[in-house]
Amino acid sequence: MSEDIILSTSGLTKEFAGFTAVNGVDLSVKRGTIHALIGPNGAGKTTCFNLLTKFLAPTRGSIVYNGRDITRQKPAEIARLGLVRSFQISAVFPQLSVMNNVRIALQRKRGDSFDFWRSEDVLRSLDKEALALVEAVGLSSFADLPAVELSYGRKRALEIATTLALDPEMLLLDEPMAGMGREDIERIATLIRKVSKNRTILMVEHNLSVVASLSDRITVLARGQVLAEGDYVTVSKDPRVVEAYIGSGVGHGH
Amino acid sequence: MAEVLPADGSVAHAAAERSTASLHRNVMIGIAIALVIAPFVAYPVFVMKVLCFALFALAFNLLLGYGGLLSFGHAAYFGMASYVCAYAAKHWGFNPEFAILAGTCVAALLGLVFGSLAIRRQGIYFAMITLALAQMVFFFSLQTPRFTGGEDGIQAVPRGKLFGMINLADDRTLYWVVALIFMGGLLAFYRIIHSPFGQVCKAIRDNEPRAISLGYRANQYKLAVFVLSATLAGLAGSTKAIVFQLASLTDVHWSMSGEVVLMTLVGGLGTIFGPIVGAIVIVSMQNFLATLGAWVTVIQGVIFVLCVLLFREGILGVIAKWIKKPL
Ligand SMILES: Nc1ncnc2c1ncn2[C@@H]1O[C@H](COP(=O)(O)OP(=O)(O)OP(=O)(O)O)[C@@H](O)[C@H]1O
Ligand SMILES: [Mg+2]
Repeated sequence: MSEDIILSTSGLTKEFAGFTAVNGVDLSVKRGTIHALIGPNGAGKTTCFNLLTKFLAPTRGSIVYNGRDITRQKPAEIARLGLVRSFQISAVFPQLSVMNNVRIALQRKRGDSFDFWRSEDVLRSLDKEALALVEAVGLSSFADLPAVELSYGRKRALEIATTLALDPEMLLLDEPMAGMGREDIERIATLIRKVSKNRTILMVEHNLSVVASLSDRITVLARGQVLAEGDYVTVSKDPRVVEAYIGSGVGHGH
Repeated sequence: MAEVLPADGSVAHAAAERSTASLHRNVMIGIAIALVIAPFVAYPVFVMKVLCFALFALAFNLLLGYGGLLSFGHAAYFGMASYVCAYAAKHWGFNPEFAILAGTCVAALLGLVFGSLAIRRQGIYFAMITLALAQMVFFFSLQTPRFTGGEDGIQAVPRGKLFGMINLADDRTLYWVVALIFMGGLLAFYRIIHSPFGQVCKAIRDNEPRAISLGYRANQYKLAVFVLSATLAGLAGSTKAIVFQLASLTDVHWSMSGEVVLMTLVGGLGTIFGPIVGAIVIVSMQNFLATLGAWVTVIQGVIFVLCVLLFREGILGVIAKWIKKPL
């Protein structure tokens, strides 16, 4: 409707062989906010992300991004529109060095890279920026290490640096802090707050204290449907939310 | 150490890359020197055979080691190029350089067509499609004896005169041409994997969904690397036709596709120089054991199994681990 809704879905539905993982979800994310998507395990959060970024095709419903219907787009095109995701299971390029993981994202600025005849020295100009991002997530001592050798939490941090390297208009983060130690959680939370200044962030996170401190708005998903929506105080008092969490045996850090 | 790095991390990063690059440069110089010495200590035809197969294995490794795409039908590009080169040299009287160029171009085109069909599928399905398409090429070759010479192949292919001037009939003369073609192929391969394009290919190989989520249209890159690989395989096949003055069904047979897989695995998949070592090992073995007949195949099978079970990284993969540098 209005200008400041950057992403909205209506009636978004995904069925897997008779099982409905996402069921008629209407979501709208306001531009410039941090919006959290929470819910018990198996609620359909990751499936939602896969639908939004076109890694899955919706069974029904539509998705509008920046006033543009993207329901039928391809995943690489979604990224080119400025809507970039991270993955729940850490997604790095294992054999590339930490630096090159970030640089491969910065390389997108050149447009397509079909120039197989040119030396990779032309990418050197991106090194400084890559290193700054690597530093921002606290990985500078590992810059030359192949990503496969990083611990799980550090891989997550690297993934965030890679995602930020694209300078996306909107970020979709699927449990960015899962598997991180307390210090790293603080660092990444600060970073997310910092980069959210001129961006929109939609984030799945189980760590409720992170959700409480970071997000402007929260949508609670359970069994594929929206259960509640509002700010943290409203949502956390909602009896249906409490019940959904207790019913599924909560346990995600809290 | 870790405390010092952040301040000049980019310097350390550049230094690490420089030392690897200089190692590679030295290996290249070593190979060039070996190429100069080789014809004086070994039969030129044998060395040329090794070089053709090494180039073929490099092409295969470009696709599998750097593009993450397993083709079971690379004989199609090698063999079809071999036929086209032989036919052009023999029946159209092409100079060797143009005959080789014609074979290479046809391989590139075939790669474009087959590649665009195959890249729509992933993993084992991709491999099966490349195999099926290569089998089609084999049966086409079998069924068109007017072009391929059927069971006889195209024999007595004239080596001709390079640029219409240099007579290649003498093995020693031809050797330098083949050595130059090989070196050119190796340098092209090295440049491709160290180009901006190569970086994206490695990223797609490592994690395709992630590369897509960064906005890379993975299929276009996969097709491009497929065509480049088919082109190099075609260059190898064409050169082989000139060296042996023969193009035959063996070149398009599935066992040829298997041999190139074996060479790459023995030498070291995803290493730069491994396939060359693999080609030397396998071609030498075939030559020295030729008297054993069918046993060669059995021994190759055993090596294959041993490689897969015990020696995953291949010869150069193991050495690279020792010296802790990519080779
Ligand atoms: N490709 C698939 N095929 C079949 N079922 C699937 C598929 N992907 C997800 N599901 C099912 O859909 C439901 C929702 O899964 P989803 O991964 O979206 O949950 P989630 O909210 O992200 O959970 P978690 O908090 O554990 O990450 C689960 O029951 C899951 O088993
Ligand atoms: Mg999930």
